[in-house]
Amino acid sequence: MKTPKTIVEKIWERHVVHQEEGKPDLLYIDLHLVHEVTSPQAFEGLRMNGRSVRRPDKTYATMDHNVPTRERHIIRDQISKTQMDTLKQNCQQFGISLADIDHPDQGIVHVIGPELGLTQPGKTIVCGDSHTSTHGAFGALAFGIGTSEVEHVLATQTLWQARPKTLNVKVNGKLGLGVTAKDLILAIIAQNGVRFGTGYVIEYTGEAIRNLSMEERMTVCNMSIEAGARAGLISPDKTTFEYLKGKRHSPENYEEAVANWKELATDNGATYDATVEINADEIEPQVTWGTNPGMCIPVSASVPHPEAAASANAKEETERALEYMGLEADQPISSVNIEHVFIGSCTNSRLSDLRKAADIVSGKKVKDGVQAIVVPGSHSVKTAAEAEGLDAIFKQAGFEWRDAGCSMCLAMNDDVVPPGERCASTSNRNFEGRQGNGARTHLVSPEMAAAAAIEGHFVDVRNYKQPVTN
Amino acid sequence: MEPIKKHKGLVYPLNRSNIDTDQIIPKQFLKRIERQGFGQFLFFNWRFFDDGTPRENFSLNDDKYNDASILVAGENFGCGSSREHAPWALQDFGFKVIIASSFADIFYNNCIKNGILPIVLNEETVQKLIVNGSNEKYDITVDLERQIVEDENGLQATFDITPYQRQMLLNGWDEIAVTLTHGDKIDLYESTH
Repeated sequence: MKTPKTIVEKIWERHVVHQEEGKPDLLYIDLHLVHEVTSPQAFEGLRMNGRSVRRPDKTYATMDHNVPTRERHIIRDQISKTQMDTLKQNCQQFGISLADIDHPDQGIVHVIGPELGLTQPGKTIVCGDSHTSTHGAFGALAFGIGTSEVEHVLATQTLWQARPKTLNVKVNGKLGLGVTAKDLILAIIAQNGVRFGTGYVIEYTGEAIRNLSMEERMTVCNMSIEAGARAGLISPDKTTFEYLKGKRHSPENYEEAVANWKELATDNGATYDATVEINADEIEPQVTWGTNPGMCIPVSASVPHPEAAASANAKEETERALEYMGLEADQPISSVNIEHVFIGSCTNSRLSDLRKAADIVSGKKVKDGVQAIVVPGSHSVKTAAEAEGLDAIFKQAGFEWRDAGCSMCLAMNDDVVPPGERCASTSNRNFEGRQGNGARTHLVSPEMAAAAAIEGHFVDVRNYKQPVTN
Repeated sequence: MEPIKKHKGLVYPLNRSNIDTDQIIPKQFLKRIERQGFGQFLFFNWRFFDDGTPRENFSLNDDKYNDASILVAGENFGCGSSREHAPWALQDFGFKVIIASSFADIFYNNCIKNGILPIVLNEETVQKLIVNGSNEKYDITVDLERQIVEDENGLQATFDITPYQRQMLLNGWDEIAVTLTHGDKIDLYESTH
């Protein structure tokens, strides 16, 4: 009988190019996604050493981090413009496909990879971006790399990688109505901390994971890095195969591909290096209160008191976070007023996210004094949303409807939260200064962000309006 | 890449946990297309007000740390974004060694690729280094060949690093050149997959 294996072991074994005692494995990379911020120095490195791109056909580039989301072609920041122009020149020089700012396929790199069917089960996928873990939703081994590794992959289509440990995050039960994939991953991180995944690849398993749509799975895998794990993945199943069917880059002989992909799923009886379990039934809508994604509480709860912290260091960390966030200990999170709402990012900017948010705001008005923006994850998402009339719903409610990009998730373009102001954001990081110097970020689901826009503070969406299912 | 074998230097203690790469180098400085010159932006929002005047209460602005080359910090150092601009900024500022009780995976890797030595020590030792470094000018010696951190008062701690990463740092190898010697294996893989 064959030894049962996890999906991580299976993908790994299919990709080892070279193995040697005392060294990491040399791993083949099937897909390399590239964007404007983390690639210029890598291309420059190739030029300085007279090297070429080994497999331009396995490399795909887009512009997302810097791009303006309104007045698309007025790039006021010349340094941003230079970075985008540089990507264009590099792609031309090395023969790499590029979805630039005018291209119908442009969008956030982790939104367009799946959309185009470039992301597939069993692939090894890398990108100079920590949220590459998103692609793990398809049963791919996908992880973020630094610019030196970007250069290495461009030159060799491989990476030296030590075999990672595996961590099973098993989600039992069912998510309640109005409780989303975003709440699930935030609750997992809140329960286990921001480093429990360090050194591991997470595999998400269990009933609640199986019941998620592909877009919801992407939301979960996206934030694996916020738990410390470079990669997080889900064994592919019918949901995966149905999503990929007919995508532009999906395999031509689809049935054969599916038969191969089915082999990847973790075998019964396979063992992991560690396992944590969580019960989906108990999860409420979540809101972060602090300056890392683990500083997160249910919407019904109050901001923690530093005295309740487990150690002196944790107490200091809590105090510093409360000060930065301008919050009082023991204050109910629902009492916190917000000035900004951002619906977007590689975590929550796909069509289903926009549909759910639109359903909440339909027929209502954004609270006076709140600036609310919707930034679709890709040009395709934008077009599809407009075809359904979602743009009209948002605009009538007082939201701004923007063009695709990373936008206010990291505020590299003009979409910045001013100092001291507060944003309900569907993105993935509430670090100090993330959305603008001095900006205060609260991470929430699209439904929670939408409801906060209408009310001007956080409300429990479960009591707000019956949410739509997919 | 500059090899690093043994380094004696001044400790700069930064007693915080979960220092993310957004703090090490904020996003407004990621737009440059060069590898050099990021040191001036290191910990920018902690070191400076918006108008560029220094925040006197942030310890790195203290003159006594001007020559610091060994950063000591709390657990999960370098979490968050994969931006290699973070180790570039640390290196350009003058840091050659970073000691913490744990590191984020991507950041740790990025350090190795740039010839910065990341060292994991237990929390107790890290706290000792932080306390000593906060009190007075405190030099320690890091020996990568022996995998030892020591000071002149008898403190000594060993650290782990994989043999491969140790070799990379000791020799300052160009990893791409090493990999290209396996070009035949990559060709073979591509022709059979």
